[in-house]
Amino acid sequence: MESVEEEIPRIGVFVCHCGINIGGVVDVPGVVEYAKSLPNVVYAEDNLYTCSSDGISRIKESIAKYNLTRVIVASCTPRTHEPLFRAACEEAGLNRYLFEMANIRDQCSWPHMHEPEKATEKAKDLVKMAVAKASLLKPLDEPEIDVAASTLVIGGGISGMTAALCLANQGFKVYIVEKEPELGGTVKKLNKLYPTLVNANEGLSKIVEAVKAHRNIEVLTSSVAKQVMGFIGNFEAVVQIGNGQNENLAVGTIIVATGANVFQPVGMYGFGEYHNVVTQLQLETLIKDSKLEKTERVVMIQCVGSREEEGRTYCSRVCCMTALKNAILIKESHPETDVCILYRDLQTYGGHYEDYRRMAQDMGVKFIKYILEKPPTVAPLQDRSLCVSVYHALLGEQIDLKTDLLVLSTPLIQHEDAKDLSRMLKVPLGPDGFFFEAHVKLRPVDFATDGIYVCGTAHSPKDTAESISQAFGVASRAAIPMATKRLRTEAITAIVNEKLCSGCGTCVKICPYSAIVKNEKGVAKVTDVLCKGCGTCGASCPEKAIIMRHFADEQIIAQALAAIGRELA
Amino acid sequence: MTFEPKIVGFLCNWCSYAGADLAGVSRITYPTNIRIIRLMCSGRVDPVLVLETLAHGADGVIVMGCHPGDCHYIEGNLQAERKMKMLKKLIAQTGLEPERLRLEWVSASEGGRFAEIVRDFTNQIMDLGPSPLAGEKPDPEILEGILVAQAAAGDFRLRVLVGREKGIVEDGNVYEERLSQERFDETMDEAITAEYMRNRIYFMVRREPLSVKELSKLLDLDPQAVLRHIVVMRRRGMVAVDRIEGTTPLYGALEVGR
Repeated sequence: MESVEEEIPRIGVFVCHCGINIGGVVDVPGVVEYAKSLPNVVYAEDNLYTCSSDGISRIKESIAKYNLTRVIVASCTPRTHEPLFRAACEEAGLNRYLFEMANIRDQCSWPHMHEPEKATEKAKDLVKMAVAKASLLKPLDEPEIDVAASTLVIGGGISGMTAALCLANQGFKVYIVEKEPELGGTVKKLNKLYPTLVNANEGLSKIVEAVKAHRNIEVLTSSVAKQVMGFIGNFEAVVQIGNGQNENLAVGTIIVATGANVFQPVGMYGFGEYHNVVTQLQLETLIKDSKLEKTERVVMIQCVGSREEEGRTYCSRVCCMTALKNAILIKESHPETDVCILYRDLQTYGGHYEDYRRMAQDMGVKFIKYILEKPPTVAPLQDRSLCVSVYHALLGEQIDLKTDLLVLSTPLIQHEDAKDLSRMLKVPLGPDGFFFEAHVKLRPVDFATDGIYVCGTAHSPKDTAESISQAFGVASRAAIPMATKRLRTEAITAIVNEKLCSGCGTCVKICPYSAIVKNEKGVAKVTDVLCKGCGTCGASCPEKAIIMRHFADEQIIAQALAAIGRELA
Repeated sequence: MTFEPKIVGFLCNWCSYAGADLAGVSRITYPTNIRIIRLMCSGRVDPVLVLETLAHGADGVIVMGCHPGDCHYIEGNLQAERKMKMLKKLIAQTGLEPERLRLEWVSASEGGRFAEIVRDFTNQIMDLGPSPLAGEKPDPEILEGILVAQAAAGDFRLRVLVGREKGIVEDGNVYEERLSQERFDETMDEAITAEYMRNRIYFMVRREPLSVKELSKLLDLDPQAVLRHIVVMRRRGMVAVDRIEGTTPLYGALEVGR
């Protein structure tokens, strides 16, 4: 393979008719003849379907027969067919990166179907560009790395524990790092879970016991991750444990399950000022500890500190159901208590939750819609009760509600120390402060950085069932590299020319994957397994010291000049 | 013969190239002039490469990436945006029409949008006419301008400013000090003008050693300003005193340090 770089390339070009898809517009034999005239092209032919087994055999045979060192297929699009043709090259003993494709169907014969002559000219140019690039291609390796069969779970709440159990049951070693002295997270503070009103602690304690008893799980409470280095399969974490000492953990994957906080609405609706203004979570604790004094009237206000115009613009997802749950619980124990929920929009999505709303309505819970422009106001009354004045958006008039207890539904918010964790793991936080996944739809529990995953309310507000589902999802994602034990990494990566690098650190800042660090010599070094090959570092390097494999400057320029007929001889 | 513009497109693999494929799959037609080069990310498009393409006579260059927020590499497209913003200003100094360069966002589902943009850009280039750098006799002044711009775009200062824009404007330094976008843009504009001028001087003294006075006359620039550039260029190892005629130093170009 080494010799390929020095020898004059021997290029074979295969031009596909794609039935009539290309051949019906582009003069394919003409393109083949043209290809034969191009520098370094030693062989060219046309195929009815190059991707057919016959076509693939032709490529393999020709590599052997004509001693081809580069292969070009002019056909559909590399987005669908490059892997197939690369595999064919590899099977014939040619490095898979010595293959190049010319897109003469999707970007030529199809959109230019009414202009066959111009389409043929364009197809010739596209082949010429591919030849120009192929001549400069270099063989590349996809290095393999080992993946340690162990996971660090940061956060010992319901999400972290569920993911931990799931992985431990598959035989992986799991470390749970929990900053509090006890496992359990937010669920530990809850009373009952909607919509079944199952006792939160009953379910939780079973999970806690299972975690503590599991021989594959090591629990570190009162502990925090202090430093994380490395990359997928080979992370090294420093954890400060309860006694103040550091413990070093070597893990293959990391799961962020740090949960969320409840927003404290200080200064809103008399919270912190009047003793009978509480958050929904405080009410939950009062009900749980049977400390809720007999009250004649309860008013709840929804969306307190969430769905704002600026700042916390998001819906916290759990508040509507939590308010309904606590209203139902109050009504169950004290049917005579008057419960009124002031809402902006009731978001009781899905089947069960809508039934739950009807149930509350049937039990006599009242609902009043307010609007953001005219929020309710609170004033104290002589008898220590409160007067909540609200603009009833459906009646269109201002009404006063006397209440003994005012409950504020506040959103889940990100922990203060999430920023530190975000920096430490080099994974992003979104504009709402929650951890930001690789793709909102297609990769909802992955981070862009391989080997690090997120679940539970660290990612976004969600309820217990949703957190558990996501924890299962995360466990399945994290298990993949650990089960395969070895990973093939990206071959198209950046390399730094140390002689040119001035150590300015621009690339270190730019790389979205933290794949570039300054080494002991003070120059940039690419961690191949982290590099995704976008090439932004190379295009930005102030010293032009970074070479992008497979998309090197000279390769791109060769294509560009071929495109405008100024190819270098 | 009608003018058939030569247009080079640099497209990211994940959104725009897929959008271009979709236009084909959907049989949406557009002019044949564009020649597409597939890159993994629009962030890969080095301003130097664009200038080289223009220097060789491309009539237009279009860069396409994912819409903001959709970048496969998180924000390579925003890096592309910063680069192209700088590049357009740099091209404006050279005498070549900056309209010959365009940046657009096209998603994988926007085949129609892709075709529409290509049609529009091709028409725009048709209106502009052939590049003054195309053909056998490129306009020597504009060609030198583009080569000067290419040198400036390859130099440390502009590259570091573009590369650090996000850090400087959004993240701030270790003391969390930030520069406003306006202030940054001012700094950038100054840097573009200065770096272009310095490279122009470099090109001139590379042909023959010149004095500050001569440079001032040739460039129609205040001698004090020329001198300030010369001081910076000496520090960077771009120029040195070649010889002294009477009491006037003549500056010549250095290859070392470039």
